[in-house]
Amino acid sequence: MGNGSGMVERRPTLGLLAHAVQIIGVLIIVFPIYLAFIASTHTAAEIASSRPLSLLPGSHFVETYRLALFGGTSSFGSRIGPSAPMMWISLVSALVIAIGKIAISLLSAFAIVYFRFPFRSLVFWMIFITLMLPVEVRIGPTYSVVSDLHMLNSYSGLTIPLIASATATFVFRQFFLTVPDELAEAARIDGAGPIRFLKDVLLPLSRTSIAALFVIQFIYGWNQYLWPLLVTTDESMYPVVMGIKRLIGGEAYTEWNVVMATAILALLPPAIVVVLMQKWFVKGLVDTEK
Amino acid sequence: MEKRVRFKSAWLPWALIAPQMAIVLVFFFWPAAQALYQSVLQQDAFGTSIEYVGALNFQRLWDDASYLETFKITAFFSAVVALGGIALSLLLAVFSDRIARGATFYRTLLILPYAVAPAVVGVLWIFLFAPPMGVVSYALQSLGLEWDHLLNPDHAIALIIMAAIWKQVSYNFLFFVAGLQSIPKSLIEAAAIDGARPWRRFWTIQFPLLSPTTFFLLVINVVYAFFDTFAIIDATTHGGPGKSTATLVYKVYYDGFKALDMGGSAAQSVVLMVIVIALTVVQFRYVEKKVQY
Repeated sequence: MGNGSGMVERRPTLGLLAHAVQIIGVLIIVFPIYLAFIASTHTAAEIASSRPLSLLPGSHFVETYRLALFGGTSSFGSRIGPSAPMMWISLVSALVIAIGKIAISLLSAFAIVYFRFPFRSLVFWMIFITLMLPVEVRIGPTYSVVSDLHMLNSYSGLTIPLIASATATFVFRQFFLTVPDELAEAARIDGAGPIRFLKDVLLPLSRTSIAALFVIQFIYGWNQYLWPLLVTTDESMYPVVMGIKRLIGGEAYTEWNVVMATAILALLPPAIVVVLMQKWFVKGLVDTEK
Repeated sequence: MEKRVRFKSAWLPWALIAPQMAIVLVFFFWPAAQALYQSVLQQDAFGTSIEYVGALNFQRLWDDASYLETFKITAFFSAVVALGGIALSLLLAVFSDRIARGATFYRTLLILPYAVAPAVVGVLWIFLFAPPMGVVSYALQSLGLEWDHLLNPDHAIALIIMAAIWKQVSYNFLFFVAGLQSIPKSLIEAAAIDGARPWRRFWTIQFPLLSPTTFFLLVINVVYAFFDTFAIIDATTHGGPGKSTATLVYKVYYDGFKALDMGGSAAQSVVLMVIVIALTVVQFRYVEKKVQY
């Protein structure tokens, strides 16, 4: 990135304009997050009485985050539930979803590419069709299934129904098709069975795809909202993205400093994953979906 | 494309696909079939009897003015989110492509919204506009615009449109940047030598060559606006004021889980399913290489 077509000729004004557009774009993108951070460093009373909110940080960073993470009684006397346990639920769910999707898709793609078995095309198409059945179009009945299987308010209910992945299966299938046949041939001559071949040859070769898929699926898992809304009724099983809404409105006065601290906490883990794994993520996203 | 070298086993491939198939059958196909089945049933108010009513639930939807209104709201919302998001991202990507130094820095910040959950996006944006301390609503007020998304439907829909675009800019931006980079530099250089200025080069070379990317993003953004914005709406306007920001997905959820009208909700699910299938077919007919088997 960075050395695009801009260097075709020298146009200093256009170069300046390019930077100006990027800076304006970045400011618009960052502003809501910045403001959330600012709010999280003030007290609820300061925010409530401000017209409008100051754009500079206040001095209550530590106490707001302590209150948001561990809960307690706010300065207005209302009880704030701790978000640390919700963060844990989100983390476990996101990891199970990401790793689960990658694992079962790797196995299915391996079966579809390296074996010949009856109904192979049908299996492939059945996985493909799941793309057309997002949770949103089958809300009620999916809830009933999860409820009948006694999976409400559990990690299995939060994760297993989301683990099927057409996208990941396609990515691995496309990748396996580019792996030279000689490798499988050599493995067979060496007497290595299919599982050995998968483990010792394909898995190491798939590292880049796995890294890219991990980023995309981790974010997908962490950011779930509608699904937890359906399958959790017990507050102790709320993921943080869903729990945050509980802090707004309701009967009590909205303590914006705590809400915003929780928002920052909820966006931090996926943001860190995206920024740190940017290289794989950017390449993976574009390759995966196209 | 097919492999020449294969392994032989009668049971192993089945064992390998079993976990994926189990989830697909239990949590996708079975519920989807249930939705189809329930859409032709009607439950009485006490839940004591269920009867087959044929297309009655669909007929009711068709006759329901508020459902058609929801359809219109969703169409408007999706069109503005898709076109607005694509235009803004394209602008950012085209200028990003002209930058030699610092592009990675800008990009790192521009991709942040991808990581932010839609529900959190809603919370961030409601805070910008929440009277009286909201920074943006305050600024608007000093310009003479009395902002109130709780009472004014136009303000409410504007709010969810802005939040939805903000969230999706990252995704579109990355695809446009990749698309622009794949355009051969020699084409641009040749045009420059022929005296075509950047503005003209954009419209005659880059924009036409990006059309596959643009089309792909158009479909993706419409799907996004239809299905992935539920959390934004639920965290900001709850579909209100009135029903002015309730999209189709919001209504399915509301009718099924709040109003407990399972038959009506199932019929709506079926309508949504048809929409997703149509969009997916459009997308894959175009990106055919992925589905050919």
